[in-house]
Order: sequence, then C-alpha cells, then structure tokens
Amino acid sequence: MIARSRRRFGPEIPGTQPPYDWPDYTSTIKRHPTREPLAIAHTLSEVTGPTFEDGWAGADLVDLTRARPGGPEAVGQRIIVTGRVIDEDGRPLRNTLVEIWQANPAGRYHHRDDQHDAPLDPNFTGGGHFLTDDEGRWRFLTVRPGAYPWRNTYNAWRAAHIHFSIFGPGFASRLITQMYFPGDPLLETDPVYHAIPERTARERLISTYEADLSEAEYALGYRWDIVMRGRFETPMEGR
Amino acid sequence: MPIPTGSQTIGPFFRVELDRPAWSDLTREGASGTAIVIEGTVFDGDGTPVPDAMLELWQADANGHYAHPDDDRPLPADLHFRGFGRVCTDDAGHYAFRTVLPGAAPEADGTTQAPHANLTIFARGLLKRVVTRIYFADQAAANAHDPLLRSVSDERVRRTLIAQPVASADGLIVYRFDVVLQGEGETAFLAV
Repeated sequence: MIARSRRRFGPEIPGTQPPYDWPDYTSTIKRHPTREPLAIAHTLSEVTGPTFEDGWAGADLVDLTRARPGGPEAVGQRIIVTGRVIDEDGRPLRNTLVEIWQANPAGRYHHRDDQHDAPLDPNFTGGGHFLTDDEGRWRFLTVRPGAYPWRNTYNAWRAAHIHFSIFGPGFASRLITQMYFPGDPLLETDPVYHAIPERTARERLISTYEADLSEAEYALGYRWDIVMRGRFETPMEGR
Repeated sequence: MPIPTGSQTIGPFFRVELDRPAWSDLTREGASGTAIVIEGTVFDGDGTPVPDAMLELWQADANGHYAHPDDDRPLPADLHFRGFGRVCTDDAGHYAFRTVLPGAAPEADGTTQAPHANLTIFARGLLKRVVTRIYFADQAAANAHDPLLRSVSDERVRRTLIAQPVASADGLIVYRFDVVLQGEGETAFLAV
C-alpha cells in the first residue's frame, strides 16, 4: 500500500528549463539569485497545491475578441488556440486553471506601464482564464497578438506571444510560460525564447497551425500542448 | 515521454489577467485560527524595490491540513480556508497577505515540519519562478526541529526564511518577510 501523500514530482530534466542568470535578457542581471537553491525532499507542502474545480476562480472567459459579451468586436486577425494540459506520462490534467494574457494586434498591452506608441483597442483587454476539461483540453478565441519593441537592446522586438499561467497538480508544478507562433522571424533572436537551452525543448513553445482547427470564413486555428511535471509513486521506505 | 514545457518570464504586463486583489486575503471565506498579516518588500540586487512581481502563497490551515485531496492524513479540515493566495507588488515593491497562522502536523513518514507558508515569486527578469518558505520567528521551538531549517548551517541564510513579528494591528499579528532576489541578504530559495 502506497500512501497517496507519498507521490512525488520527478526531477527537472536538464536543458528544458531556462537559467536564472541569462544576461542576453538584461532584466535578469540584477534579479537573478546567485546562490544555488537549497535541495529539498518533497513534502506535502510541495506535492499539494491549490485546486479550482469548484469554479472559485470565476466562470471561464474564453472569448477575448470582445471586451464584454455582446459588445463590439476587437480589430485583428481572429485565431482559435487550443490544446491539452498533460503530464510527463501523457495523462490529462483535468480541472486545472489556465490563465492567459497578451498584447493586442498592434503590439500593445492594455496596461498602465506599456508606453509603446501603438494604438489601444477599447474592445480588447487581452486576458482570459478557464479550467481544462476531463481530457485536459482547453480552447479560446482571440485576435493574433502583434510583435512589440522593448528596450532590452537597441531596436529589439519581442516575438509575438501569448502568456500562459498553469497550476497543474501541485505547488511544485506551477508554471508560467509563453506560446509563440510558427514561422515568426523574430524567434531567431528573441533572448527570452532562447533562454531554453535545448532546441527541442525550446521549439515546444511554438504552436502549430492546423487547418482542421480553423473555422471557415471565420478564424485560423493553432494547437499547443502544455506538459506539466509528472508525479510518481515512491514506496514507503523501511516499512 | 513528453518533456515538461519550459518556463518563460511573467514579463511586466501580467496584471492584464493575473491581478486578483481579493486573493491577497486567504481568510475571506471565514477561516478559523489565528489571523495574521504577512507583508514585505521584494528587492533586486541593487536594493531597489521590484514593482512588477507577483507572489503566491500556499499553506496549510490552522490544523496543519492542506486543502488538497492528497493530504489524506486524519486531520480536521477547515472548509473555509483554501490555503492559496496571490498578490502583485505595488509601485514601492511592497506586498501583503492576510491569512491564518498555519498549523503543524506529522507527515506520513512521522516527521513534523514547523509551521510555514510556501511562497513563490514571479517577476520581470525571472525566467523561471523562485520558491522559498516563510517560517515564523515566534515558533522557535518548532523551528528548532524543522528538517529544512536544520539543514541550513549558515545562520545568515537560515534567517532569510524566518518572518519577524513587527507589529500588532486590529488584533492581528503582522509579520515582515522581505524577499531579496540577489546579493547581500539574498533570500534562501528552494529547488523544488
């Protein structure tokens, strides 16, 4: 008999996660920790985490093309983005909370601190959230985000992206990341994207265009699957 | 086997979706126990406050029970406490959670950790989150037996894991827990 509380998350796979110290992204220079993090054996504190299945994070918000339901539509190329949240063993993660946010098609965020001189669209706020279904699936409708300039280096532009925040099964699985678009030439130089060391792991951040997901005369379809750390059972030692 | 998705920075504009002011108060559903405030400032390596960080708290209730199905220990569960909080730093890099003092209960292997809250920090300039724990200075007896605290031999490092009671306001104990991302007084972060 293995107690449920003995489930543990697997170790990080080398090359799949960015370092803290990555000077190509200049904001890391004064913000990256310098000491090695303390090793810790997972306890209930790490293997448990917040659950959202009773809907306390609010009703799903999956249509970003209107700032309010029934209101006027945002300007931009409509896209459908869909995928699954699974773990390392391919098991679907159901009822996990996914939160997303993005710039508008002009490359500007609906945010006080975004000073990029590009138009805001009153019909686009750029945030959404939803729970995955029983198969770990999620889907939302939005307008394609634009690339935008940032002051990391002279004439630097972020590759177009959508931010994703995902909880997964425990505190140890908490993940915030970004989804990119296939064929974006800015990916060649984007230092945030290139912070993932291994090419195969990096390319997992790029969605794929799938004609079957597109809706005729309405919106283009993209697929992106998210893989969270998996848990494995450990026998009770010495019993 | 699919490999886990890589982390990317939260960036500076996360408030578009992630700012949920109500989530800074973990007691809002009527939690039982000793109500407390945990507050502090997030600093960078120059000692400059970080105004674009998001902090999340995950902790047990006053009985030491986590609101999660994998905590199957025979403990009373506070059904009015979810154990999860979130707050974004303000322009001065300051944050505050209202919560209850977490309890302590033995794990399946018989060890008991001192009361603590698990804290994770996301910010522009962090390509992946950092994780730490908040222990409480006035739980000295429990802290002395805590496996993690005991594993940290450098007193200056261990001290960064311990919140100090600094005031009492409206009957609440206020604990201060600053987060130093880099350099002098750098917070002890955990490899989870």
